[in-house]
Amino acid sequence: MKLDSKIPAGPLKDKWTDHKNHLKLVAPNNRPKIDIIVVGTGLAGASAAASLGEMGYNVKAFCFQDSPRRAHSIAAQGGINAAKNYQNDGDSIYRLFYDTIKGGDYRAREANVHRLAEVSGNIIDQCVAQGVPFAREYGGMLDNRSFGGTQVQRTFYAAGQTGQQLLLGAYSALSRQIGLGRVKMYNRHEMLDLVKVDGKARGIIARNLITGEIERHSAHAVVIASGGYGNVYFLSTNAMGSNVTAGWKIHKQGALFANPCYVQIHPTCIPVHGTNQSKLTLMSESLRNSGRIWVPKKKEDAEAIRAGKLKPTQIAEEDRDYYLERKYPAFGNLVPRDVASRAAKEVCDAGHGIEANDTNEGVYLDFSTEIQTKGKQSAYAKGNHNPTPEEITALGKQWLEEKYGNLFTMYQKITDENPYETPMKIYPAVHYTMGGVWVDYNLQSTIPGCFVAGEANFSDHGANRLGASALMQGLADGYFVLPYTISNYLADEIRTGKISTDSPEFLEAEARVKDSISKFLNNNGTKSVDYFHKKLGLIMWNKVGMGRNEKGLTEAIAEIAQLKEDFYKEVYVPGSADELNPELEKVLRVADFIELGQLMAMDALQRKESCGGHFREEYQDAEGETLRDDENFKFVGAWEYKGDDISREELHKEELKYEEIKIAARNYK
Amino acid sequence: MSAAKNININLKIWRQKNANSKGSIETYKLDNVSTASSFLEMLDQLNEQLINERKEPVAFDHDCREGICGSCSLYINGRAHGPDTGITTCQLHMRMFNDGDTIYIEPWRSKAFPVIKDLVVDRTAFDRIQQAGGFVSVNTSGNTIDANSIPVPKVDADKAFEAAACIGCGACVATCKNGSAMLFVGAKVSQYALLPQGKVEATQRVLNMVRQMDEEGFGNCTNTGACEIECPKGISLENIARMNREFLKASVK
Amino acid sequence: MAKSALLKSSIVKKYWMALTGLFLCLFLAGHLAGNLQLIFGTSQQFNEYALFMTTNPAVKLLSYLTYISILFHAIDGIMLTIQNKKARPVGYAKTDGSSSSLASRNMAVLGTVIMVFIATHMVNFWAKMHFDKNMPLVQKEMDNGMGQKQIQLVGTKDSQMPYMQLDQSGKLSKEFFETIKMQTQGQYDLEVQDMTKIVNKKTGEVIFEGYKDLYKLTVDFFKDAKYGLFFTIGYVLAMLALAFHLWHGFQSAFQSLGATSSKLTPAIKFFGRAFAIIVPLLFAIIPIFLHFKK
Repeated sequence: MKLDSKIPAGPLKDKWTDHKNHLKLVAPNNRPKIDIIVVGTGLAGASAAASLGEMGYNVKAFCFQDSPRRAHSIAAQGGINAAKNYQNDGDSIYRLFYDTIKGGDYRAREANVHRLAEVSGNIIDQCVAQGVPFAREYGGMLDNRSFGGTQVQRTFYAAGQTGQQLLLGAYSALSRQIGLGRVKMYNRHEMLDLVKVDGKARGIIARNLITGEIERHSAHAVVIASGGYGNVYFLSTNAMGSNVTAGWKIHKQGALFANPCYVQIHPTCIPVHGTNQSKLTLMSESLRNSGRIWVPKKKEDAEAIRAGKLKPTQIAEEDRDYYLERKYPAFGNLVPRDVASRAAKEVCDAGHGIEANDTNEGVYLDFSTEIQTKGKQSAYAKGNHNPTPEEITALGKQWLEEKYGNLFTMYQKITDENPYETPMKIYPAVHYTMGGVWVDYNLQSTIPGCFVAGEANFSDHGANRLGASALMQGLADGYFVLPYTISNYLADEIRTGKISTDSPEFLEAEARVKDSISKFLNNNGTKSVDYFHKKLGLIMWNKVGMGRNEKGLTEAIAEIAQLKEDFYKEVYVPGSADELNPELEKVLRVADFIELGQLMAMDALQRKESCGGHFREEYQDAEGETLRDDENFKFVGAWEYKGDDISREELHKEELKYEEIKIAARNYK
Repeated sequence: MSAAKNININLKIWRQKNANSKGSIETYKLDNVSTASSFLEMLDQLNEQLINERKEPVAFDHDCREGICGSCSLYINGRAHGPDTGITTCQLHMRMFNDGDTIYIEPWRSKAFPVIKDLVVDRTAFDRIQQAGGFVSVNTSGNTIDANSIPVPKVDADKAFEAAACIGCGACVATCKNGSAMLFVGAKVSQYALLPQGKVEATQRVLNMVRQMDEEGFGNCTNTGACEIECPKGISLENIARMNREFLKASVK
Repeated sequence: MAKSALLKSSIVKKYWMALTGLFLCLFLAGHLAGNLQLIFGTSQQFNEYALFMTTNPAVKLLSYLTYISILFHAIDGIMLTIQNKKARPVGYAKTDGSSSSLASRNMAVLGTVIMVFIATHMVNFWAKMHFDKNMPLVQKEMDNGMGQKQIQLVGTKDSQMPYMQLDQSGKLSKEFFETIKMQTQGQYDLEVQDMTKIVNKKTGEVIFEGYKDLYKLTVDFFKDAKYGLFFTIGYVLAMLALAFHLWHGFQSAFQSLGATSSKLTPAIKFFGRAFAIIVPLLFAIIPIFLHFKK
């Protein structure tokens, strides 16, 4: 198979405009004759469904949640990037493009990323027009803040709930279309297979999660916007329901799966606390604007802290190792996520971790310096030029509360510790997956008519995503890319007419789904779904996590293959098929996670270099930084499904070409 | 941090096979629950126990488990989202309970939120209210005016945000003795009424959303203020007052 | 907007509750001012006030508005309560009231108590004042100039005759009117009209107008040897219900009307709570005062 990225010719900055101008259109009177299925209602899915509905297509949107508003985009905290240069700090489309490519460790497509930067400004305009209440300054203008991996303030935000506000904006646009009857919404429905007719995507099989009914839905094009696959690790910042099933099913139908090993481990999450833990909670990256990350310099201090004999506030300034500031003076605490995460792992591996859990994994995020700085500023701003230390502290805490109040409260509710008084404990956790279904420039997978948007595709973040870029990509795909490119595809479908759901292809796909459900229900094993999911998570975290090596990966591949066998033999699913059955939902998802997990390990094994979130211990420089191999691995690794045995998947390579950017070692020092 | 310990608890949980069947409260005993666990992790633990006993696990809605998606919806010991304020059920931790406690867990109770199974209810009424007018009619376009072309006073933007912080969990309805949805609707109406972008359609919006709210069978607000107390996002009653004002304005127009 | 929405919409129901409720608060204040004369005024002042309140046309209009308000407030309240009960067909097994005040949760119960109170109150005072043939008129014991004590009716300011003599038994007896008719050779053929007026049938001239002794009625009611204490306690309890009703209702009305602001609302809340305590308290002091008055 030859991978054609369909990147248009011409100068980088004109590619998208030129391309748009030459895409085929579907006339308004023809659009109601065309059906489009959108799976997932996060930022990408909701914005796509709303925009396509507005255009006049018949849209059917699916989500497994009880409402489209609950998709996990809602949990994004920090912000959304856009090259508006409202802060006059030299920002531009080019800089956003450059930062994103560099942040992705030169493993993303130039053309896609440039397009993303180009439309970033429109996203903010669109969202504000929809009534998204972004944070503003006293003059009434939009406020910005900084995020990791950049030296400008280009992040728009709404307190610590930016994802929520953006998703509710997209949801409101979607709701409008549902109200107008242009989008039909299927809540509590899960896509369980893709139906192909004559090689083209022609519909899906979905399960009504309330009644258990297996439904056949046809369409002229299918958009998959079902998010990432971080839950492969069991513990992650993803929602409990986040899953790869839609993406994995189309993979099994012929869509290539690209760069599965690129996983982002977010540096600032609340550390693991116990064996019954079900998920990890993120503390927004924006906290790194104000917090300083440190561990005790002396191992014995770390030990004493873990034993509860010392408090972090008792560690003298000179006994603290602000390791990010020490190692990366230029970016300090604001280095990209992969760099910050790895540094945390490094200090914990060296015995300086401070959390009293099984692995001693945890570092401090300390706000005491910021309290003093901001407290003094606030006092001066109030005309008090001789503030007492108490006044400074009080004002500083007040400043923090205004900026991060909700995050601090959340932290306190979860950990029972007061972050205004004692430093937060944080540790990296699986957060985002840069890999995903391979798509061309038009966001079309290798299955004609099957488009993939948002986190579910692989396209824009290379080997590491910068903070506040996921929201940007989701909305860019849904609002500003798909509506054009999908119309181009559908221009050839205006004569197709209604697609029957009674064709053999549909019946076959339906039978496939029913068969797999009944197999699980009648399996009569002895172990719960979570038992296997936790096992998978442990293998993935330990061997396909932040630090990877050939030995671990090889073991992981074998272990996961074995786990898969055990899973099919031993798993027990209670209940029946014709009712709300959360365990049945889980088992179908975990089955796909297990297969994907194996592929991730295979991908990590073949990529004999370190880049972004993929850190192979064999490939690091003298200072322990990632060492890319641009000569041999400057490609997108896209895997082709070859049957039930995942180890037989075939790797295809899409060479990455850098025309605009001079490829270099990533340096945040 | 108070060190985590293990406690034993008794659970009284509403079990209902499906929407059409009659439900009842069942009693379960659960031992060795870590006080560091979240409430939903405790339920996971119960379900694991039930599965191992070959009994049907308890169905409950949950997703993000970080207090923002609004899926979780449990009425715990007589209070929406349990015995703490400013949080959702998924943020409630077992350290709020003591060894030997009996904990009642019930679904949201409202005519507009019928029970689907066990603790899972149907909250699509909220979606339909949103569809009736909870939006600004602006099409997707690369040519909307620049985001900074209309300045919005910070106070208004902040208030709009506070209203928009609603997660649509339905705790307001569940806790209201009247099963009223006015905090939810008021928050939506307020968000748009406070922003210049939303003002254009303000009249139609408030009339349509309130009409839909009434049709869904929600009760009426009698200003008890329980919703504001139990709202995990602290949405203010002021939003209901604003909706009342907007409705009055719209009615006399 | 559909015209019917003005009646049907849930929010409009709230407006009506609020408007009628606030109007009734005004009524309460007025009523209280009048009632306080039972303590701080003379019986004559009070009875004159009572007369004014029952005869002045503007006051009449206001009183009709009050009746309508009470009825509307009650009916609207009942409708709301029914609608609200329907909104939760299956209740909770366990409830915890900590998130709202007792008063706010029980407005309907409190309202019903108040309604029952209003009904008995009207039977005991208002109906007697308006319809009771045995309603006492204001009387005065006077010396008839012959060293004899005689009971006379006291006329209003507009009355032609300042006093009207009663017979030995203290009544306006037929015999007495006959005597006058005979004494005046039929010039004065008197009869009682509208309970308080003595009219010359021949000329249609009102020769005497007395007024009803509401003061006496009230004092007797609360001092009743058998039931006085019971009535007093009942009255005080009803005022307690009113206090709770107002505690929530006053501020709530402003909320329902959307009349809130960060600066005004605290003041309204404060005033509402003060009103809810002071007004029922003063109302309640009156029967206690009367009951224990020597």
